[in-house]
Amino acid sequence: MDQSTRKSRPIYDATSRPLIPRHVKLRFDTTRDRWVILVPERVLVPDDIAVEVLQLCDGQRRIQDMVDLLTAKYTADPDLILTDCLALLQDLANKGYLLAASEPQP
Amino acid sequence: MTDQSPPIADFQLITRAGDEAGQKTTYGIPLAVLAELTHRCPLQCPYCSNPLEMEVASAELTTAEWCRVMDELAEIGVLQIHFSGGEPAVRKDLVDLVRHATQVGLYSNLITSAVMLTKARLQDLADAGLCHVQISVQGSESIVADRVGRFKNGHVKKLQVAAWTREVGLPLTINAVMHRQNLHQLPEIIDMAVALDADRLEVANVQYYGWALKNREALIPTFAQVETTNQIVAEAQDRLAGILDIDYVVPDYYAQRPKQCMGGWGRQFFNISPSGKVLPCHAAESITGMEFDSVRGNKSIRWIWDNSEAFNKYRGTGWMPEPCQSCELKEVDFGGCRCQAFALTGSAGNTDPACAKSDLHAQIFARATTESAEAQDRFIYRNFAGGAVEAEEL
Repeated sequence: MDQSTRKSRPIYDATSRPLIPRHVKLRFDTTRDRWVILVPERVLVPDDIAVEVLQLCDGQRRIQDMVDLLTAKYTADPDLILTDCLALLQDLANKGYLLAASEPQP
Repeated sequence: MTDQSPPIADFQLITRAGDEAGQKTTYGIPLAVLAELTHRCPLQCPYCSNPLEMEVASAELTTAEWCRVMDELAEIGVLQIHFSGGEPAVRKDLVDLVRHATQVGLYSNLITSAVMLTKARLQDLADAGLCHVQISVQGSESIVADRVGRFKNGHVKKLQVAAWTREVGLPLTINAVMHRQNLHQLPEIIDMAVALDADRLEVANVQYYGWALKNREALIPTFAQVETTNQIVAEAQDRLAGILDIDYVVPDYYAQRPKQCMGGWGRQFFNISPSGKVLPCHAAESITGMEFDSVRGNKSIRWIWDNSEAFNKYRGTGWMPEPCQSCELKEVDFGGCRCQAFALTGSAGNTDPACAKSDLHAQIFARATTESAEAQDRFIYRNFAGGAVEAEEL
């Protein structure tokens, strides 16, 4: 069967606008007192920075915008933050847990 | 994000907020519940995970009872609910139950044979907040698949419902139950999952208790098939990275180490039967002599999870005999499957013979080799009357 017909998962760069799909729930779990990500058949536990990055994924912000915000907040090396953000977000996209907004939102 | 720990990890055991450190070292808060809404099903698969003695429709929990159960589940910190069966779509209140799960904040998954679903009902389920659909397949084409499920045109219907699932925007897992009589179709099943735009494929070799144990001679693969399957899965996992996640469950008679059943007895998951029995796993009733509490009794689910004899009996590592007790992997696999230990040794407290360290491992390996070579292919189909032998037409 032709795999090229399958809707491919996004390959992110700094201009991508990641979007959390409806079936992925980033949620604060009051019973366990921590953030969790609910996905099919699994529960994932993000660290504090991953939570912060994911909270910025609204389908409107570009990854570069997210990096700018985090760079200002943590006075860290923007290249390093970009590398880390891309790695984190691409890993989630590869598993089908993140989409890319196709057009810039108004 | 630059330290060694991954920014996002799989869930590890986490105790309740406010628990004293070390107080709950052997179990935490249940992550997920398998809600078996009914044992009724239009299919009659010979490896069904339901017990041999199934619960009848009149014993099933009512809509109101399930809603009260879901309230309790959310309150104690359960995060996910898997609506299963039997066939959960047999229940006329399925959409209402999914809506209630959404209202109380439970992440909901539908585990279905798909043959009873329409596109309109799938849309209603999606609108009610359903998060994920898992559809079982019995083969890559109708001749094998419809014979295994003993349901005419079932395979074609499943493909249609899988396509509708993606059309209404729900993520899809294909659950392929594998055994000697369909393992040769695995490459086509993998292609089929990709073509259906599934997110995940479970290549789940049959586990032998309940109906599957009754049908072991007809289902158990040859060792050569297992070796071929290992290669096919490894190649596909590599080739389809980022396109299709493939989870693989090996047939454990041929394994070296037992599977970590349910993430360990009473650690992360539990099961509620159609009539409301609270079980450490869906097959736990195959272990005779154990008492199981019901949601219809006067105890809360939290109490049952924390205190009931059934949940505490094989929890943690204290119950383990040798060779488990001194094994460095005892907190990795938690001694394997209690139901399998019971089925094969007569005692649920024994080491799972699937483990190569068990005295009985060589024996079950040999039995698997012998039975698979005999090629007795006739099924005993699942039904409420204790089974129907294939070719003895009803």
